[in-house]
Amino acid sequence: MSSRLKTSAVNRHWRWFTNHMASALAVLATFLVIAPLVAIFVDLLYQGARSLDLNFFTKIPAPVGEPGGGMANSIVGSGVLLGLASLLGIPVGIAAGIYLAEYGRGTRLSYMVRFTADVLNGVPSIVMGIAVYALIVAPMKGFSAFAGGVALGIMMVPTVARTTEEMLLMVPHSIREAALGLGVPTWRAMLSITLKTAMPGVITGCMLAFARVAGETAPLLFTAFGNQFWSTNLNQPISALPLQIYVYALSPYDEWHRLAWAGSLVLIALIVIAVSLVRYVTTRGALKGAS
Amino acid sequence: MLLCALSIFGIVALIATELVSSSKLTLTKFGMKFFFGSAWDPVNSNFGALPFIYGTIVSSMVALVIAVPLAVGVAVFLTEMCPKALRGILSFLTELLAAIPSVVYGLWAIFVLVPLLRTYVNPVLIKTLGWTGLFVAPDFGIGMFAAGVILAIMILPIISSLTREVMTAVPDMQREAVLALGATRWEMIRMGVLRNARIGIVGSIILGLGRALGETMAVAMVIGSSPTISKSLLAPAATMASVIANEFAEASDDTYRSALIEIGLALFLVTIVVNMFARLLVWAVTRGTPARVT
Repeated sequence: MSSRLKTSAVNRHWRWFTNHMASALAVLATFLVIAPLVAIFVDLLYQGARSLDLNFFTKIPAPVGEPGGGMANSIVGSGVLLGLASLLGIPVGIAAGIYLAEYGRGTRLSYMVRFTADVLNGVPSIVMGIAVYALIVAPMKGFSAFAGGVALGIMMVPTVARTTEEMLLMVPHSIREAALGLGVPTWRAMLSITLKTAMPGVITGCMLAFARVAGETAPLLFTAFGNQFWSTNLNQPISALPLQIYVYALSPYDEWHRLAWAGSLVLIALIVIAVSLVRYVTTRGALKGAS
Repeated sequence: MLLCALSIFGIVALIATELVSSSKLTLTKFGMKFFFGSAWDPVNSNFGALPFIYGTIVSSMVALVIAVPLAVGVAVFLTEMCPKALRGILSFLTELLAAIPSVVYGLWAIFVLVPLLRTYVNPVLIKTLGWTGLFVAPDFGIGMFAAGVILAIMILPIISSLTREVMTAVPDMQREAVLALGATRWEMIRMGVLRNARIGIVGSIILGLGRALGETMAVAMVIGSSPTISKSLLAPAATMASVIANEFAEASDDTYRSALIEIGLALFLVTIVVNMFARLLVWAVTRGTPARVT
């Protein structure tokens, strides 16, 4: 009897100990995860803000060894590439999302499309880069802004399709039924009622996809290629912010490292703004008006 | 609409056919030997992808060994212990971590992480774990271990957020039942939550693995790009993705380019299989009946 009591006391202490140990470890893990995040942001803000000046936004890269210079051409280049990508990726993505949520709901085909989109999301971006290289750059015998835009556009499709679908699924059925009950044709109800209700969510989904490809470097390496000079010609190589950061980070010059930090800060600022906006809209109930 | 939905199949098919047709040269020339040869000699047109396959696997494993315990710890903390106010902030922070572009991680790794590892972490590892042969001098800072650490930081958010999702899908009844039997909080988490969510957690780990296998820029910037297989994790190496990023632009002859594209094709197929497997596991848990006590 006494020995059983004893083991149960030991047992109780052991359980108390493991319980608190596990809690402590979980807290420790959280700190270890947050630490690099904070470090990355602090370094970016410190190094980036220190190197950011007006020249960064107005000048093109200076020749090696000369101080000054900026990334104006890369910012414009990124704009051109992302504009092209959005033009290609967003309409296709939204249409695919509408199909998944409205027309093909519950069918085997839509299940397969959804699954493929998720898998496509996980394909490394560098693979997308060499596929577009083989598709466009090799036959055209030259790197071009157009090829870069196509590579980014293809990457946007699965993300936009999936978020559009999710947003449309959140629209209550009663709204569709109300429209259809008034004798509105299906396509009209879908465009003017369902899609319109889900619009804030769809837009934020597009911004999310936009933010994701805005930072992509790997698919641009062999498509847009990069350019030290002004260029907005779609048939010529074009510079982009992430590409320029990559080149400058690996260079041996302090001046270029400084510009790489500044470029990263600008890039991150753009992305964080987009993501925060997405989060704000989705958590504040973009669809509140609908319910 | 249907056409656009089908375009997603089209994209996959297009990537596959383009990669196969552009790598025909080495596919026919080397056959399966391509994946078992360890010589990478562009000058003599002799290509074997083994060093890169090895580099990809080892760097991903290092990343998983570091990231998985941390990610599960964070998920446990966020779902089971964390006060509500803090939860929102922390999950927002981990989401931000996922939104940072790869090239920025690479920049940070070159200028902050690598010096940090070289001066503080690696000497300790060499002293304490040198006998295993995994951490031996010379240590340049850049190399397999640095790549593994930055990969771990990059895949942490995806693993922890999916694990959190799976753990939230476990019904509260499971927790209440275990607590009612007199379990402590940790016993409740272990028996009530983790055991029910384990398939989904494995799925999220595999998704993280898929990400790590294909991650390019940050790895290419810190791994040192050397087509060699060495036991020491501190030695420079190369992965499948990093060799494409670093060498494709200078690949002048057709065989060289075809060899790199074939590596890309292999990477494509591997990540597709890994992702499919992971998605199926995650879906099985979050869609079907999550609470099956076996």
